[in-house]
Amino acid sequence: MTVEYNPDQKIPHPAMWGVLYKSSTPFWEGVKNKKIMLQKCKSCGNLLNPPRPMCPKCQSQENEWITAKGTGKIYSWVTFNEAPHPAFKAPYAAVLVELDEGPRIVSNMVDVKPEDLEIGMAVEVTFEDVAEDLTLPKFRKAG
Amino acid sequence: MLQEYMDRKYRTDNKPSVEANLIKNNVAIVGIGQTQYTKNSGRDELDLACEAIQNAVDDAGLKMSDIDGFDTFILDRLSLPMLINSLGTPNVRFSCEVSGGGGAGCAVAVHAAAAVATGQADYVCCYRSLNEASGHRYGRGDDFIEYMPVALTPNYGYIWPLGFVTPLGWAGVWGRRWMHEFNITREQLGWWPVVLREYAQNNPEATYFGRPMTHEDYMESPMIVDPLKLHDCCVNTDGAAAYIITTVERAKDLKQTPAIIAASAQCCPIEQEIQTIYQRPSISGLVETWYVGQELYRVAECGPDDIDVAQLYDPYSIGGIIQLEELGFCERGEGGKFVEGGDNIRIDGKIPCNTAGGLLSEAYLHGWNLVIEGVRQIRGTSYNQVKDVELSMVTGGPGVASSGIILRR
Repeated sequence: MTVEYNPDQKIPHPAMWGVLYKSSTPFWEGVKNKKIMLQKCKSCGNLLNPPRPMCPKCQSQENEWITAKGTGKIYSWVTFNEAPHPAFKAPYAAVLVELDEGPRIVSNMVDVKPEDLEIGMAVEVTFEDVAEDLTLPKFRKAG
Repeated sequence: MLQEYMDRKYRTDNKPSVEANLIKNNVAIVGIGQTQYTKNSGRDELDLACEAIQNAVDDAGLKMSDIDGFDTFILDRLSLPMLINSLGTPNVRFSCEVSGGGGAGCAVAVHAAAAVATGQADYVCCYRSLNEASGHRYGRGDDFIEYMPVALTPNYGYIWPLGFVTPLGWAGVWGRRWMHEFNITREQLGWWPVVLREYAQNNPEATYFGRPMTHEDYMESPMIVDPLKLHDCCVNTDGAAAYIITTVERAKDLKQTPAIIAASAQCCPIEQEIQTIYQRPSISGLVETWYVGQELYRVAECGPDDIDVAQLYDPYSIGGIIQLEELGFCERGEGGKFVEGGDNIRIDGKIPCNTAGGLLSEAYLHGWNLVIEGVRQIRGTSYNQVKDVELSMVTGGPGVASSGIILRR
């Protein structure tokens, strides 16, 4: 039950926003290469998601990127019964996944109907090419 | 701030002294004005703003030329220069546009109060004008992208491509988590909108005046963004509202009983951006509302039991009920039980809430209508007047940089 798109409408692209700060570029480069990349503070090890130029815990501006395992649990979700943007066909769910590394990311499920979602459901990442120039990290039920 | 919240321990040793607070008891709201609240004004937002501001100026007993400051919050589509060109205010020496969206519902009053308390201006007009029913809707994803580019920050790139594009969705995620952790039921949520609708039946200016709603009606209304039903969500409104802030000293010469600011607070906690608070250790509570409440009580030197009436910024039912918890009107996780049956938030209840109908049943004027109702409760002129009001609380929106004020006679 992945999200269905209206082919004649442009899906909002991350680049429209992401280019404002260079901090988020490695994440989207990672997604193109089918990886979830997480920014990590070199000084205190804090995982910074969404990425940012300074670690809010120790104020270091030195960071590196690690590859997340891509596994986690559903922390919460919502189901859109009316499409709030013409690119998307309702109904569909947006899930908040808590990655095993700790940070949470917003995504969609590819194989679970909205009515079958549960908080705590174990999930793993998959990648979907939703447009010629856009790949998104999505999730499916683990195991 | 977040640590104090997680510990549920509000520190006073790291806050400014109450004695040094120039706003407390020195500043008041002295004029209120609004247009009709409709679904299709047929007028532009500048036109509506002029009418509401003129009404507020008249209500205060001032002249338009007395206004020397203007204040609003972001996502406003009015041009302040065009507004000044139309109103003809000749001496504007203060203007401000506060960040935080609906969270700044009261921060606008806070900044205006700071301006008059420190002599930056004498009479500051706080204004809002919207054609959100007939025109551009903040709550629609495509409108948001096209018309509100100020919101286009990098973090949106992490949610918008996934179809996660409206305030209802953003709040629904923490709302569901709150419901899950504390066993809050759908039936319980419904009492907030039902009681607000009852209030609106006495307020001829409310959008839902003459259109009552039972709890059964609520339960049967369609699910818009699960877990939120249609009647969990605010109305869309065309209209404008304004209020005027000056010193208590100047208020003595004006027409109305001043609504004196006993305390004001604003906060911008970490890990929030338009309600996407998802990296906080817990998202089943709201640090910003808790902090605002604690700071208001500290400055006003009172507690939740002393508040006679409250206007809580409620773009959706969960946003109102969760604030009852964070402001100390009930225990954390008890909000659902507290509103069950509705009596606690009715006019004779423990804390009468959103007595003009709030954002769900009066109007979605981005909280201006809540401030105005808070003032009416102090003046004794509400359509649902609570008896002998000493302290009247108003808050800004949940899940974002928020704010609040306590008004007194």
